[in-house]
Amino acid sequence: MAVNLPIYLDSSATTQLDPRVLDKMLPYLTNHYGNPASRSHQFGWEAEKAVELAREQVANTIGCDAKEIIWTSGATEAINLAIKGAAQFYQDKGKHLVTIKTEHKATLDTMRELERIGFEVTYLNPQENGLVDLATFSAALRPDTILASVMSVNNEIGVIQDIKSLGEICRKHGVIFHVDSAQAVGKIELNLADLNIDLMSLSAHKVYGPKGIGALYVRRKPRVRLLPLIHGGGHERGFRSGTLPTHQIVGMGEAFALAQSEMSKELPKIKYLRDRLLNGLQQIDEVYLNGDLEQRVAHNLNLSFNFVEGESLMMAIKDIAVSSGSACTSSSLEPSYVLRALGRNDELAHSSIRFSISRFTTEEEIDYTIQLLIEKVNKLRELSPLWEMFKDGIDIANYQWNSHDNQRDIILH
Amino acid sequence: MAYSNKVIEHYENPRNVGSFDKNDEHVGTGMVGAPACGDVMKLQIKVNDEGIIEDAKFKTYGCGSAIASSSLVTEWLKGKNLDQAQQIKNSAIAEELELPPVKIHCSVLAEDAIKAAIADYNDKQNKRG
Repeated sequence: MAVNLPIYLDSSATTQLDPRVLDKMLPYLTNHYGNPASRSHQFGWEAEKAVELAREQVANTIGCDAKEIIWTSGATEAINLAIKGAAQFYQDKGKHLVTIKTEHKATLDTMRELERIGFEVTYLNPQENGLVDLATFSAALRPDTILASVMSVNNEIGVIQDIKSLGEICRKHGVIFHVDSAQAVGKIELNLADLNIDLMSLSAHKVYGPKGIGALYVRRKPRVRLLPLIHGGGHERGFRSGTLPTHQIVGMGEAFALAQSEMSKELPKIKYLRDRLLNGLQQIDEVYLNGDLEQRVAHNLNLSFNFVEGESLMMAIKDIAVSSGSACTSSSLEPSYVLRALGRNDELAHSSIRFSISRFTTEEEIDYTIQLLIEKVNKLRELSPLWEMFKDGIDIANYQWNSHDNQRDIILH
Repeated sequence: MAYSNKVIEHYENPRNVGSFDKNDEHVGTGMVGAPACGDVMKLQIKVNDEGIIEDAKFKTYGCGSAIASSSLVTEWLKGKNLDQAQQIKNSAIAEELELPPVKIHCSVLAEDAIKAAIADYNDKQNKRG
């Protein structure tokens, strides 16, 4: 069977809107255009009913009460509200926060902002497999620590942190625990009834829902307090003012409901495709898996193709949409900070590719990808002086690289 | 990032890929850059008894612009004498390939590679006395 090009293998960046989700959304862009905050007429009542149904759908998917869900513009806003809102509210208790170096920029940059206004943040190194060591985490919590923030699923390498144990440690120390679950819904079981999580950030567009909508879970028992970031009409119980986008909320609710009902049958299929891709690409010499394979979501594969530079590889496989850990394409020549935090050397950090599979990916697309990668990696290695040195048995790590040029490079970067 | 057509053309059909014997007395080898920076260029020139570069080869680890820059200079080097080769400037490479500002360092590296290859060749000749 022929494949349609380009092939989309970047579902950790965003996913295709599921047509079933779109069907639910459309009436709220046409006939049911009321403002859910309008309490005095049917247009408002209809919209409010749809918003509350979606709130139930989201709550059911993650095992919490609908009253604990606050709509936001996306996971980034939810993370900002959780971390800044709790830090500001509880600052009289202490001004110390803890997070991991491999967190998403939405968390890391929010932490940097808090440092600027007088908070102190500890950034923990993960282990080589990407997972944070529980004893290291526990040791970082201090009497003045007010909040810890850890992502359940990493966006680059797909590793699953032990949020159950991390939550228990936080609860024992009286520290508020925020979990960034933007990449986790529909990928792992999330039942807040069993987890000591106080705040959890969610996104719709990573689970076949629309962009521009997310949510923050805020625990009621024991109650977690936040200072709002956005003030106005007092929507969402004052946590987040602004007219609710009914169609997007309906889309998020439906996307979450589908994720929950289809997870058990879709994950084995996705894992089969991921393993097929991994096995196919392991035919190539000097390919390294980044992050733990077992504690990992089914759809993610992050590989380093040694002696091939990531950006040139992406250019060679331009018919396949993937992400490079080496962020050259975003005009920054820094290799992935996530891979560096795992202790990967520069060559491997510069040569990584993230493949992320979706519910719409086909076996033919995976097979095409394998063949293309084999061909292009071989071609680029024929061009690579590092590959030639490796084949000649030269130790690249201890080779004396021309230091003058290095300095010049650094300045230009 | 959008690449210029010239970069894509060199990247897809790189000229003069390969290696000469680096111990050959007619060969000068320049290796510049570092894996840590994401670019390594190896450029080799073969110089005849009249001091003319009669052949050039390269291997490059790096982005498309780095590969295109080194491919281009192997074409430019052929037929030049060492003085003329020494005059090749990174700005000319960047202009020919229409490199964007974030990729100027690729052309700088290619110029460095030329100078390093010439220096290696001259070194060998001096040692022969």
